[in-house]
Amino acid sequence: MTTADIFLWFFGGLVPLAITGFWLARGKAVAAESAGSRLHSRPGFYGWYAVIWLTLPTLSVSLLFSMAHMFGLFTVPPTMLLVTALIIASGGLWFALRHIHPDFRARQAVEKTMRGLLLTAATVSILTTVGIVLSVIFESIRFFRVIPLWDFITGTQWQPDTAFLIGAGRADENVAPPLFGSLPIFAGTFMITLIAMLVAVPIGLFSAIYMSEYASHTARGRLKPMLEILAGIPTVVYGFFAAITISPLVVDIAHSLGLEADYTNALAPGLIMGVMIIPFISSLSDDVIRAVPQAMRDGSLALGTTKAETIRHIVLPAAMPGIVSAFLLAVSRAIGETMIVVMAAGLRPNLTANPLEGMTTVTVKIVEALTGDQEFDSAFTLSAFALGLVLLIATLILNIISTILVRKFRQQYE
Amino acid sequence: MNKSPNILIGSAHPRHKKRERADTRFRWYGLTALGMALAFLVFFFVDIIGQALPAFHQTEVRVDVHYSEAVKSNYNAGIDHKLRRIVSRAWLRTLPALLEKQPELIGQTRTEWVPADSRVDQYIKQHEGHGLKEKYQKTVDAMAAQGNIRQVFNAAFFSSGDSKLPENAGILAAAVGSVFTLLLTMLVAVPIGIMTAIYLEEFAPDNHFTRMIEVNINNLAAIPSILYGLLGLAIFINFMGVPRSSALAGGLTLALMTLPIIIIATRAALRAVPESIREAAYGLGASSLQTVWHHVLPLAMPGILTGSIIGLAQAMGETAPLIIVGMMAYIPEPSSSILDATTVLPAQVYTWSTESLRGYAERTAAGILVLLTVLLSLNALAVALRNRSQQNW
Repeated sequence: MTTADIFLWFFGGLVPLAITGFWLARGKAVAAESAGSRLHSRPGFYGWYAVIWLTLPTLSVSLLFSMAHMFGLFTVPPTMLLVTALIIASGGLWFALRHIHPDFRARQAVEKTMRGLLLTAATVSILTTVGIVLSVIFESIRFFRVIPLWDFITGTQWQPDTAFLIGAGRADENVAPPLFGSLPIFAGTFMITLIAMLVAVPIGLFSAIYMSEYASHTARGRLKPMLEILAGIPTVVYGFFAAITISPLVVDIAHSLGLEADYTNALAPGLIMGVMIIPFISSLSDDVIRAVPQAMRDGSLALGTTKAETIRHIVLPAAMPGIVSAFLLAVSRAIGETMIVVMAAGLRPNLTANPLEGMTTVTVKIVEALTGDQEFDSAFTLSAFALGLVLLIATLILNIISTILVRKFRQQYE
Repeated sequence: MNKSPNILIGSAHPRHKKRERADTRFRWYGLTALGMALAFLVFFFVDIIGQALPAFHQTEVRVDVHYSEAVKSNYNAGIDHKLRRIVSRAWLRTLPALLEKQPELIGQTRTEWVPADSRVDQYIKQHEGHGLKEKYQKTVDAMAAQGNIRQVFNAAFFSSGDSKLPENAGILAAAVGSVFTLLLTMLVAVPIGIMTAIYLEEFAPDNHFTRMIEVNINNLAAIPSILYGLLGLAIFINFMGVPRSSALAGGLTLALMTLPIIIIATRAALRAVPESIREAAYGLGASSLQTVWHHVLPLAMPGILTGSIIGLAQAMGETAPLIIVGMMAYIPEPSSSILDATTVLPAQVYTWSTESLRGYAERTAAGILVLLTVLLSLNALAVALRNRSQQNW
């Protein structure tokens, strides 16, 4: 019996049982009502009470079994699991049906369970965070056991090619140790992010100023969704566009200026990433600029300033915390962006300040390390998790600072 | 005579002109910025559509096909030697199976329109880098002069899966994989997201735990998608034993990624429902759960739907985490279960973009066009839904 079959049988058995249970319990309650006794709750609540007793114990027991299976404690044959689950379900139904009489406070019981369920759903998001942090940290620790943390942060050479030999146990004295100096990778990430911000900040900010201060209500209503299309385009599409259209364009222009340029230059992915980020900056800045109280503008205009002077000297400084927070969110989006750089940037780590040369980024190296056919335990594969840890820390710090800034702005004006 | 006060009013001030010019200039900065962004959008769509359109046509050639016993063991025997490189190998390979099915064809020679090789296709479309050899170019030119070459709608693109031969590669397998993956994402993320939002908006006490969940959700929304891929690989695949490359692994990973988007949108929708509705329900004796279920949730539904559609559209275009969980496998046939290895549309686009044959480049663009059409329609649907049901309380 395959896993898919088990799922099919499990839910195929449980769902009809639950529906039957609902109608049985509700029917019993309705019968009691028509017999003249006054029910405590509406009949539907008795039905739900039965459903809860039927499904919850079954699901918990199944979860317990699968947990045990995952941790390798013990494994039960699937048929036994199915039979156990269905027996428990029937038992739950029988138990619930026995409870139903007019004085039973079904509504309270159901609501209490529902509240618990909602709380459980809310903890899923916390479990996700814990999962990300744990998975990244555990594998990183394994990586740093092999490669010292200091070498990882300060090394300027990234040559992991020999790691697979060591992973396969075929290393001898002639094999040079793999080098995992991530400085050139961070430099590449920084360079591409810088280019992206140089594109996105002026265009995004001025678009936001125009939309919030100059454009009419209807024009703004049309322009904003159009800008947001830019954020809705999948990144793999941007990557293709950067690699096929923009990169050759950059190379041609560089050649016509007498410059050398690689086809994997950092400029093309940087420019396209900048375009992708424009809506993040423009939408968030637009919101904070509009949140600046009108009275401040009126006061400034009444003193005889022009509109541009009011915006520059009054509105923008007031909105600055919000704009900076938008900027930081955009930076965190840029350093975590993957597909554009995987498709358009280089694979070779390169410590240079020339954006026309090929460079690589943290995300490219993560993808490269995890899509190869190397052993999962080799230092090369594990390096992806160490780089992921750096990425996680960087984005979390940026996000926390940005949250604090926005809160400050809100406290001031809202 | 009293000196008049030394104040120059209006346009008389020497600096006024300058300030006014600066004012106009500033306005133009804004317009230019917007113009640049929109110009890029136009350039982008024109470029992608221009690259994609040729892929919707496939070149066919009219050749004599010799159906014989020998074809069963060697499909190359079905066609004249000099034409073997002109017709599609993918089509040639189907000949033995066709003869098995229709044995009455054996011994006949028929003139038929058959799909051309990808290089011929690219040569006919006059694309650079078509890769067709000189001697075949002459044959093709001669055939074209005799009217033995035509272009038809490329139905194979929509009815076949990935292939090592560009003329036979299509998006069906990837589309099926996308549907499976997104269904799973929806089944997991939408209920959990809505339940979380209901808890936080309607039930949660204002304590440390609640605030921790809130901060946590905001942080999750900002975490790069590739880190969800690492989570999927380490937890779902390595720890829980979900099969690699399966729709289950991809769907669960995307569900966790979409969760914060749905939660944030649902909370906004719930908050927009005025307090008076809740108070009226309480006043009639409804419990908090009945209030939410019967009154608040139906009123917030359009907003919740909009948020969910936008979240799912984003999940559909996501590639990075799926590559990490292995969903860029070579999948020629649509998968039939959520545990089979599968691929999704964006991952298929990525796979084709790494191929060197010219025929794949236009298929990449065509795949992108299909993807963009679906995504933009989903987003337009979400916006229309929001506009139609916008209520001012």
